[in-house]
Amino acid sequence: MNVILSGKVAVVTGAGAGIGQATAKLFANEGAVVYAADIKGLEWVDEFSSNSGRIVPIQLDICDFAAVKNVVMAIKKGHGRIDVLANIAGLISYELMPMIDYDKFRKMLDVNVVALVHLMSLVSRIMTRQQSGSIINMASMVGEKGSKGQLSYAATKGAVIAATKSAAKELAESHIRVNAIAPGMVGSERFKAVLEEKFAHKINDVPFGRLANPEEVANLCLFLASDQSSYMTGQIIGIDGGAII
Amino acid sequence: MTNLEKLNKIFCEVFSVEESALNNNFDKCNVEGWDSVRQLSLTSSVEDEFDIMLDAEDILEFTSYDNAKAVLAKYDIAL
Repeated sequence: MNVILSGKVAVVTGAGAGIGQATAKLFANEGAVVYAADIKGLEWVDEFSSNSGRIVPIQLDICDFAAVKNVVMAIKKGHGRIDVLANIAGLISYELMPMIDYDKFRKMLDVNVVALVHLMSLVSRIMTRQQSGSIINMASMVGEKGSKGQLSYAATKGAVIAATKSAAKELAESHIRVNAIAPGMVGSERFKAVLEEKFAHKINDVPFGRLANPEEVANLCLFLASDQSSYMTGQIIGIDGGAII
Repeated sequence: MTNLEKLNKIFCEVFSVEESALNNNFDKCNVEGWDSVRQLSLTSSVEDEFDIMLDAEDILEFTSYDNAKAVLAKYDIAL
């Protein structure tokens, strides 16, 4: 079977559902050993099987630095390498500026930015030794163009974009690629519920007239994880059904 | 090779010095070329040799030969 991540070791955060789950499954189906992390349980892994790779579920709070370090160390000891880090875990919020909940905003910065940077820092130290690797960060369309009613979320995703570009510059000499994906509206269970309740009209802003499937975003993750994107780094790639053209 | 000998070897290789130069004055202020890149090279070699992963604050603390020994003690590496 011709699989494009054969022999690769990948870490995928936010793998409990949505884009993270779709990405973990796709990476495994393409031959990788995938450490699928989520703060919640990963029961879906029990029913997953692949002829190519495999998935190792890890219940992990990515804001717990000591726990994250233990996981990274364990993977290093087990495999001696990490080829791909997909930073997909994230929090989202919707509120107008006067209604920003600052505790929630701080937590969102912690998860979406600080934990992401910490993971990049730890994993890149292993990738530096092997002089290769691909890091994929989940940004957002709103991190680039802003969004009414999503200032706090957009600010965290703008930070992800800046962190991605800076990491790409710092790690290029070690042949580690760092890119980010900026999805538009993705039809995860979480977002579909919010969309129906609050933003049904927003679908009119998408020229394709529909939400993205998590699997479509996972396909882009696969491209960035694989050697097919071997000369790409520091890029923020939109996948938004034509919302930004 | 003892742990101390392993540590000394790393310092000697990273800073291109003889082992006799390693004393309590061997620090960032007194050693020419002890910049952040050299410091990361030092901590990276230490991590590989002792199979540990240093916390960020410990990497920052690696600013002298004595500090290095103190940091390793935190990771239960007897010197």
